[in-house]
Amino acid sequence: MIVTPTWYLVLAAALFSIGAVGMLVRRNVIVMFMCVELMLNAVNLTFVTFSKTLNDLSGQVAVFFVLVVAAAEVAIGLALIVAIFRRRHTGTTADDISELRG
Amino acid sequence: MVTLVLFIAFAIIALVGALGVVISRNPVHSALWLVATLLSMAGFFILEGAYLVSAVQVIVYASAIVVLFLFVIMLLGVDREESLTDPLKVQRPVALMLGLVVFALLIGLMGNHWATGAQSATAALESGDGGNVERVAREIFTTYLWPFELTSALLVVAVVGGVALARRSRRAEAASEVAQ
Amino acid sequence: MNPLGVASIVTPGVDWLGVAPVALLALAAIGIVLQRSILRRASVAYPSALIVAAVGIILSAVALIAQWHRVQTDGSYTTLSKMVAVDGFSIFIGGVVLVATACSVLLASRYLDRERLDGPEYLALMLLSASGMLAMASANDLIAVFVALEIVSIPLYVLVAYDRRRSTSLEAGMKYFLLGAFASAVFLYGVALTYGATGSTGLVGIANYLSEVTLLERGTLLAGLVLMLVGLGFKVAAAPFHMWTPDVYQGAPTPVTAFMASATKAAAFAALIRILYTALGGSSSDWRPLLWVLAVLSLLVGSIGAVIQTDVKRMLAYSSINHAGFILIGVQAGTIKGVSSALTYLAIYAFLAVGSFAIVGVVAGRGDADSDLERFKGLSSRRTGLSWAFTLLLLAQAGVPLTAGFIAKFGVFSAAAGAGGTSYVLALIGMLTAAIAAFVYLRIAATMFTPAGEGDQVLASSKVDLGTGIVIWFSCALTIVIGVAPGFLLGLAERATLLFLR
Repeated sequence: MIVTPTWYLVLAAALFSIGAVGMLVRRNVIVMFMCVELMLNAVNLTFVTFSKTLNDLSGQVAVFFVLVVAAAEVAIGLALIVAIFRRRHTGTTADDISELRG
Repeated sequence: MVTLVLFIAFAIIALVGALGVVISRNPVHSALWLVATLLSMAGFFILEGAYLVSAVQVIVYASAIVVLFLFVIMLLGVDREESLTDPLKVQRPVALMLGLVVFALLIGLMGNHWATGAQSATAALESGDGGNVERVAREIFTTYLWPFELTSALLVVAVVGGVALARRSRRAEAASEVAQ
Repeated sequence: MNPLGVASIVTPGVDWLGVAPVALLALAAIGIVLQRSILRRASVAYPSALIVAAVGIILSAVALIAQWHRVQTDGSYTTLSKMVAVDGFSIFIGGVVLVATACSVLLASRYLDRERLDGPEYLALMLLSASGMLAMASANDLIAVFVALEIVSIPLYVLVAYDRRRSTSLEAGMKYFLLGAFASAVFLYGVALTYGATGSTGLVGIANYLSEVTLLERGTLLAGLVLMLVGLGFKVAAAPFHMWTPDVYQGAPTPVTAFMASATKAAAFAALIRILYTALGGSSSDWRPLLWVLAVLSLLVGSIGAVIQTDVKRMLAYSSINHAGFILIGVQAGTIKGVSSALTYLAIYAFLAVGSFAIVGVVAGRGDADSDLERFKGLSSRRTGLSWAFTLLLLAQAGVPLTAGFIAKFGVFSAAAGAGGTSYVLALIGMLTAAIAAFVYLRIAATMFTPAGEGDQVLASSKVDLGTGIVIWFSCALTIVIGVAPGFLLGLAERATLLFLR
């Protein structure tokens, strides 16, 4: 058996779906955020695989931009979590964020 | 054959890691499972000949970003267990169904022919001189120069935003003391 | 060849005028951060930051005007290896974004002072976000769109949570951040699949490939299209991806809400329109039904959701979802007229939203705490001018003739009628929801003119300062001027669409 690009792409789709489900299922903000990272990684795998099948470097270059964006997002996201935690000194689950509703 | 074995091994690690992130009760365990997935991603990138991307994946993602996660978890002391039986019982099966539907749709829509695009004319993987690093660099500094310049703005945003959120403001503290 | 034996890289030519608006705003933001480290006293730091911001916005506007004149004579062009498209469309959206940014900066001064927040970082983040919006309007490549989208969004996450002492603000920031990051990931997956389906990330490259080759297996392309629509649907606050909107609009500092409703919406729609019309213009039969569904849902959710709210900020949030539906009517028409009507709508809605949220900010008072409808009771006797201004803006949002809102709605309806077929149905649904939404606007207006009863606590609203006053006057004046004489704006929008690079 030969590993075809389709295998990679199906795996990436599976990882993306797991990340998306985790985003909906989990209430812990930090873990939800990790699920976003899972989704971004699935996208990276897709980019690199297409880059190989299309014999085109753009896909690999795209991964760099995703990495920069992910790093910036992590910095801001974790700063937000720290700010919230400082203010409330309680848990970090999404249920604690409940003052807004309607 | 080697590729097949490696692919299956990495795939198992990646999937188990991803499930581990979602299922673990303890955020620290989630972060460690995330490392497993990220490292197996780096393995996939090597299998597919994207050597530079693979190295960057290990350096930036698996180390810097995960360390930042762990740092915040430890800083806040939220590494205690979270009960997974939460008030939103209905949400879980619905989310699972939704995830399966999305996965099935993606697979179903795309069938066996995922990559229908044109073969590259200008930026082929193996043409030109230099290795993978040089060719990726050339792409970034020619075709993708504008997004590359834009990322500098992104980094400024990350710095300014991080400072604005995490700094203790003297002005704000004075105001809240007055309010109390 | 250099000593290492590697051919040197020939970087692409740069048309500096083409990138000047983006670069000047970003430079102004960096300037603010730098001068902040030198001038440490708050009393000096904020005014000087304000001056730098004003200079940045004005210079950026001058660059946009220069671009407009150049495009009129020489036609649209691209620069930086086709990554940046300088055309009428990008300049028009850029103008809308700059005006909205200027208004939000004017609103900010009073707010920051009242809530005792640090000013310079706020201005820097707002300018960076605006520069991302300008980059997004001119981005001619999916990767550039993605990076620009993040430059728009990440400062907004911080700005929404900027009032760190108010837990509603922090929570709104967290919520917006999580959903925004999720939406970005979904959009990015769409980009990846589109890249796989066409072999290019450039919008023009995608269009060329799709026009040359008849794809037998369209699955990947369709999946990419759907995922990109979902991602951008979040950003423009279209139903069913709207659930963050009421919470975030309510929790965010009011000047930030005004900024999000006006500028962010314009920029996100710009990216949406450019991707659909430039890259996927040939497969409009694929995306028109999808947009049709989005439009119907946004129209219905926005208008019906607004009816059951009791908080004015939430009402306006739902109304902004409703307006997104109207703009989608124009976009889904798939015609030149559809684009120009959407542009007109975006421009008009931008100043209606800024003006409305400016007034809500004044009435809500200290701490931004209370924008409940009760609070507006008897406003006409306390603040006659303010309540008449708000009434005018609300009537315009409802689409009453002789106001700018009518011109906007009329434009998208006639574009839908021109497209024919199912667009007729959409126009009818639009009119129905406009009637439902009008009920909400009239309810707010009627509350303002109801005298406050004995039991109602009448809280002092804050004063209207110079900046807020300018914004309110400006939006009211434009509402009437454009309502009576729309020719100028319509001409601009039409000219911008004709110069739309495809």
